[in-house]
Amino acid sequence: MNIEKSTTMPVKAAEDVVRVRQAVRVQAVDAGFSLVDQTKLVTAASEIARNTLEYGGGGDLLIETLRDGVRRGLRLTFTDQGPGIADIPRAMTDGYTSGGGLGLGLSGAKRLSNEFDIQSTPGKGTRVMLGRWR
Amino acid sequence: MEQIPIMKIGDCLLVSIQVDMHDRLAMALQDELTGKVVETRARGVMIDISALEIVDSFIGRMLNNIAAMTRVLDAVTVVVGMRPAVAITLVELGLQLTGVKTALNVDSGLALIRRLIDDEEQAD
Amino acid sequence: MATAENVLLPQLIAKHRDALLAAWIDQQRAANRGSNEDQAELRDYSARFLDSLRAAAATGQFEDIATPSWSEARHVLEEVSRARALRGATPTQTATFVFSLKAPLFDLLGRELGKDAVALAREVWIITLLLDKFGLYTTEVFQKSREGVIQRQQDELLELSTPVVTLWQGVLALPLIGTLDSNRTQVVMENLLQTIVSTGAQIAIIDITGVPTVDTLVAQHLLKTVSAARLMGADCIISGIRPQIAQTIVHLGVELNVVSKATMADAFALALRRLGKTVVDRAKPTAQANDAKLAE
Repeated sequence: MNIEKSTTMPVKAAEDVVRVRQAVRVQAVDAGFSLVDQTKLVTAASEIARNTLEYGGGGDLLIETLRDGVRRGLRLTFTDQGPGIADIPRAMTDGYTSGGGLGLGLSGAKRLSNEFDIQSTPGKGTRVMLGRWR
Repeated sequence: MEQIPIMKIGDCLLVSIQVDMHDRLAMALQDELTGKVVETRARGVMIDISALEIVDSFIGRMLNNIAAMTRVLDAVTVVVGMRPAVAITLVELGLQLTGVKTALNVDSGLALIRRLIDDEEQAD
Repeated sequence: MATAENVLLPQLIAKHRDALLAAWIDQQRAANRGSNEDQAELRDYSARFLDSLRAAAATGQFEDIATPSWSEARHVLEEVSRARALRGATPTQTATFVFSLKAPLFDLLGRELGKDAVALAREVWIITLLLDKFGLYTTEVFQKSREGVIQRQQDELLELSTPVVTLWQGVLALPLIGTLDSNRTQVVMENLLQTIVSTGAQIAIIDITGVPTVDTLVAQHLLKTVSAARLMGADCIISGIRPQIAQTIVHLGVELNVVSKATMADAFALALRRLGKTVVDRAKPTAQANDAKLAE
């Protein structure tokens, strides 16, 4: 598997969430995803971008277009150096929210993706990876 | 900051969301709409989301909030124009639009609002 | 270790190019007897491959055909594979393009190195390994091309076999026929939702009379579609659920929170009722009016 191209962008201000949506849309279209799959990718990215901003104190997004033989995929990696998540399983349950949201951010984004990975160390930061294959 | 225009049609308010909204804009819309419902004593609110390419949990929450607030103010909220890709994604996301009625387009949306208001009036 | 100086291949090809080419083409013709391939095209491919072989072999690297020095050779093979895949040739016929080069090459080597058995053995070995790799490469490219064709054909079939019908203003019907797999169901459902938007239909009847079995995935897709349609402001009715399917659904523990009717006719009647429509008989012609007609 190899990385065809990659882009990084900051997720540090409210307007960045909109930029993230647009950037992910562009890369998803480029990679040839169907409209529904594009929508799922962008929506999942919007959720995690918001999390990164609201709970992670801001961070970065790395968008990578991958190729594995004939398949193409898009991988989104959000990182922040925020307070981290102490209880990841709990944070992943539907409806759990520490901020008055609908509590669907992490669990929802996972449902919308083919691949999902989250690493977090309290006090150090969080890294969320979303992936979708064509 | 940009503002989303709110139009008055009879006793209804019509909002057409044309821009990709960031959270602050969504909150501002929520507040403004509620204010206008009180100000105009509107009985119905129609939110046209046919231009929205995605509806994430924040926007979903905004819609739910607007519906809840308008109900308290004795008005109904109808969301129209949801795109198929958005609907499919919302189902997958697991987002419930509670208290939000939906219709395919502005025409059927207005008809629905009329029906809902009439039903309520009959029930009184 | 094969290095530039002691491998004869590049010089061999340079010295005997035309004879080698002719011999190779003969081999191919013999192997692919009855093939309707264009001879000029075959000659072109063969010439290009031979020349790229000579150029790349001159670098002395024979281990890895994925390196840039072998890219021209690979490109020729990709073209040959794709062209043959499209024509419906077999993988063997395609790989023969490469393998049939062995005989004339070894023939040539035998004549050049005749007395030196060790050198001959080494050359044959290096060339064998190289051509085997290329032969396998053609098979891989061939596979991918075929898969591409199959995918395209499947997509086309999908579009043709699942039409959405307008039964009445505001009422759509989607008669599903055949076995539903997850992929097909998704495409079909997206199509239905799109048609709901474009026709402004309020009710969509999904008829599964023609579907022999429904598994969990398909049932879930159906339900997700119904939920999506509702979110958009329309509603669905499922019709044609046969006893076996009903049993399967209960068995799978899937909750069907959508109205279902046994036949499409029942579903249509329900849809009309929901839309506030009634079907009435037109007034029967009277006896007098009939006589008047006959008199005319």
